[in-house]
Amino acid sequence: MPPLANVLILAAHDGQTLDPATPAVVAAARRLAPAGAIHVLVAGLDCAAVAGAAAVMPGVAQVLLSDSATPNAETIARLLVAVGKDYRWIAAAHSLAARAALPRAAALLDAAWLGDVTAIDDGWLYRPVYAGAAIAELRPETAVTCLTVRATAFAELADATPALAAPTAPAPIITLPAAPADTRSTLLGRETAASHRPDLSHARIVVAGGRGVGSAEGMAQFGQLADHLGAALGASRAAVDAGFAPGTAQVGQTGKTVAPDIYFALGISGAIQHLAGIKDAKCIVAINKDPEAPIFQVADIGLVGDLFDALPALQAALRGTA
Amino acid sequence: MHILVPVKRVVDANVKVRVKRDGSGVETAGVKLSVNPFDEVALEQAIRLKAQGLASHVTAVTCGPAAAQDVLRTALAMGADDAVLVESAEVDDPGPLAIARWLRAIVAQENATLVLCGKQAIDDDLGATGPMLAALLDWPQAMSVNQLEVRPDNTLAVACDADGGTERLALPLPAVLGVDLRLCEPRHITLPALMRARKAAIRTVPATSLADAGTPPVRPRALLEPPPRPPGVRAENLPALIERLRALLALQAA
Repeated sequence: MPPLANVLILAAHDGQTLDPATPAVVAAARRLAPAGAIHVLVAGLDCAAVAGAAAVMPGVAQVLLSDSATPNAETIARLLVAVGKDYRWIAAAHSLAARAALPRAAALLDAAWLGDVTAIDDGWLYRPVYAGAAIAELRPETAVTCLTVRATAFAELADATPALAAPTAPAPIITLPAAPADTRSTLLGRETAASHRPDLSHARIVVAGGRGVGSAEGMAQFGQLADHLGAALGASRAAVDAGFAPGTAQVGQTGKTVAPDIYFALGISGAIQHLAGIKDAKCIVAINKDPEAPIFQVADIGLVGDLFDALPALQAALRGTA
Repeated sequence: MHILVPVKRVVDANVKVRVKRDGSGVETAGVKLSVNPFDEVALEQAIRLKAQGLASHVTAVTCGPAAAQDVLRTALAMGADDAVLVESAEVDDPGPLAIARWLRAIVAQENATLVLCGKQAIDDDLGATGPMLAALLDWPQAMSVNQLEVRPDNTLAVACDADGGTERLALPLPAVLGVDLRLCEPRHITLPALMRARKAAIRTVPATSLADAGTPPVRPRALLEPPPRPPGVRAENLPALIERLRALLALQAA
């Protein structure tokens, strides 16, 4: 084990801004290594602004900046192998990019790999398995461990961290020598699901539709309710498969994990794979015409009835924020 | 193009998983075990590529005890050309890195040029096999693949789920792809195909002959039940639902 239990955080960013979930990852890193230093790695093209944002984040001791025109999983893994041996932990938010790069790096570093860690307590790590039907309690025994953390599970911890009384100087930003880029896979194009709605993973209210919404037009009507409430729009896999909603809206074991104050499950039967993504919702409101739908076993408030009867009444009765 | 499809034997997706009382794992006695659904999609895609004349051979491989052969029979019944069991001990989970090391050896033995695997297994939800195997082979990778095209120059064009949208990538062969459920719909297995698969030969390779599994990188302590969610309430009718919703703080924001 390295003498210092330091943590390297692989920053999530879009080239201009640091992922707003980063403070939660820093909070998780502090739990992993109470006495260690926390460094942040920013990899990408012209990411000085992102590095600057990371450098002023409380708790960050150093920022490593790597200029890379092809920050794909292969290149990121090479970069992590080059710098990772100096760290006990390599952590990131549980994004698709990190889930592609970190296990790749772990194989090359002979490191343990743990995804979607939801709690850290006295050296023991906790992560859901079987779509959240069980929680594994484990401890990695390798010199280096790569892990992703569920940012929403550490958000309260991040909020509870007292702000520094006086602003301290920003952490030093160290520019790394360019890692050899792996350009074998090339990006042909990117379709970003541009949405005027809040991001699903961070939204306070989520309106989600299932197979019961019946059509893309039906889903659009629930989109209007989402807009009225200032909510994000989610969907079950059944609704995505049926073409009612894009894949980026999918919530569940294979899609996004949400943790809103209120989750509206509309016409969603509640397969275990979907429930895996909504366990952290504070209040689940379910409307379904099938009284036997499994969603009612987890719903805090349930109504057996027709969605499209309920829609205008909900929209009229609930105060809009938009 | 010889395609290798690693398949994992997992508790069937339709089974309600129960944690054993002693916390040592999940109940598997009398529980149906099946091909990991993501791997089933990978198998289907491989078999379709063969049917289209784009692949020459499809080999399914699984790692586990002798009983894990049943998922290979499923793969053969779906249309895989042959199957390899990397036989390991029943007891401890060797961890994904050991499995990736065994699979690397099988890729070399079989001269495979494309590995199609599920992007994750529904038991550990780790999503490790694809990226780890790609790393050990030093092959390019694409994960969460939901569209795949083999182009005339024998390169791959794929669409992948990405953070906030979809990415389209081009990859040369050899490569490792981790597939999403949306890629294609696995076929139903016919009875005659199942009967034929029961008689087919399965090659068995001892895991110890391929690579040292090493010490497990992770020490498990217990498998815990998730905290139960307090029981909810049923609203009698729509006005009762609205009354309850109005009482929620999050819906009172102005």
